[in-house]
Amino acid sequence: MLRFDSVCYNAPDDGADIIKGLSLDVNDGEILVVTGPNGGGKSTLARLAMGIIRPASGRILLDGEDITEKGITERARLGVGYAFQSPPRFKGLTVKRLLSIAAGGEVDDAECCRYLSRVGLCAADYLNRSLDATLSGGELKRIEVASLLIRGLRVAIYDEPEAGIDIWSFNMLVNAFATLGREKSGALMIISHQERVMQMADRIAVIADGTLADVGETKKMLPLLTDIFRKDCIKANGC
Amino acid sequence: MENNLLSGDMRLLDIVASMPTLPGGAYNVRKNGQKAARAVTENIDIESKADGSGIDIIIKPGTKSESVYIPVILTESGLEESVVNDFVIGDGAEVEIIAGCGICNSGSCGSSHSGIHTFKVGRGCRVKYVEKHYGEGSGDAVMNPSTVIMLGEGSVFDMETSQIRGITSTKRSTVAYLSASSRFNISERLVTHASQEAKSDVEVFLNGRDSSLQIVSRSVARDSSAQVFHPKAIGNAACSAHIQCDAIIMDKASVGSIPEIKANSAEASIIHEAAIGRINGEQLLKLQTLGLSAEEAEAVIIEGFLS
Repeated sequence: MLRFDSVCYNAPDDGADIIKGLSLDVNDGEILVVTGPNGGGKSTLARLAMGIIRPASGRILLDGEDITEKGITERARLGVGYAFQSPPRFKGLTVKRLLSIAAGGEVDDAECCRYLSRVGLCAADYLNRSLDATLSGGELKRIEVASLLIRGLRVAIYDEPEAGIDIWSFNMLVNAFATLGREKSGALMIISHQERVMQMADRIAVIADGTLADVGETKKMLPLLTDIFRKDCIKANGC
Repeated sequence: MENNLLSGDMRLLDIVASMPTLPGGAYNVRKNGQKAARAVTENIDIESKADGSGIDIIIKPGTKSESVYIPVILTESGLEESVVNDFVIGDGAEVEIIAGCGICNSGSCGSSHSGIHTFKVGRGCRVKYVEKHYGEGSGDAVMNPSTVIMLGEGSVFDMETSQIRGITSTKRSTVAYLSASSRFNISERLVTHASQEAKSDVEVFLNGRDSSLQIVSRSVARDSSAQVFHPKAIGNAACSAHIQCDAIIMDKASVGSIPEIKANSAEASIIHEAAIGRINGEQLLKLQTLGLSAEEAEAVIIEGFLS
């Protein structure tokens, strides 16, 4: 279980409050979808969990252990994983090598293929491809997701996994998350704006203006969110 | 067959020419300025020049799938040598040439090797030329390779050079003349440490119609080392050339890239790309989130970049 306990975070340049005393649990075996307006602090929360940035105050706990002061590598080795919204490209690093690093040791072709297939990639074509500019944004994004699936994580955080991928791959991705949800192995936090992703969730949290605006079970939250989105649409477009 | 090679020599030969033992085909090993071992085949002849300045390597037309190893090792401190090797490659030959130079200098005097390799490549040949430079020990190791290539019609020449460790100073010069429909590919890998200096000049004249050139240079400059690249492509006919120089710069190193492209034909298409920068911070973060330490992540990024 991952716990954010009264976490605050200020922007390094102007000191603006980005996360304002936020508390939230991501429970073992659950899928928690985090949604909310752009700039509300969702990605910041993910980066705080991974240790890429540190909170100004408050604590972050993994299964009760305070990991607030631990670095990225240490958290990764404890079983925290984070799929970047825009994964970096690497010249010369192959897909197979990345998956082996993610798995913590050499992984054979069959194992790599199994995980690449789960994100809709025809694995044999990709194993020896370099993670460079020859891959499309969608391909890179799916490999990023596969690099988390291959790890036995206690907490997996996906930052808008659906962004930049086509509808067919999106379906594969939803299935991959549904499988993870059924396995109920660890805590799964997915930042998403997609209704289909939210439908898979056990709970939905809304982060807005650096605070937890609302959190609850999906069946309660989804109708509320649909209503909010509709009102926003009317406000913005007059439709 | 003469053979004056010790086990330490074989270790060095393995590093610079991937030959842990003497190979089955043609080879010439030069050690401390002397011929140490040589073998020829029916298709590949190696002869010492009359004036002792180097060797002639003659490859018969139509030779298929043969390799020739011509590594040089220097294990005595303070040795300075200059070697002239001439290659004549007959029409239609398909060969792999493995050169390379290793200096093991445990003394206090500098050792240096200047190799001048000239290739006269016939028509319709396929040549792969691999050259590794390596130095070890406390003394200075200087290498100044000079390569001249005259590429016949329809021939393909792949040149792979790498210098990964231990060379105090290097000045590399590569000049090539391309005939019609010939292709020249250069893959250069360079890592410099400490206060090492490396300079690489490449000048390619694309003289024949449909000739083409590709240069891919990847380098890493660490500590206070300095690198300068000067690739120059001159298109004198309908031709295409693509030059790509990427460098990772670290610590207090310096890297210069001075491209020069010139078209003397309206049908020439020449592109140069160059990028110099430190290791991308997001790449480091990504690998750390997979459980690598910052140092391990850096090593993985550099290893991939140079692969």
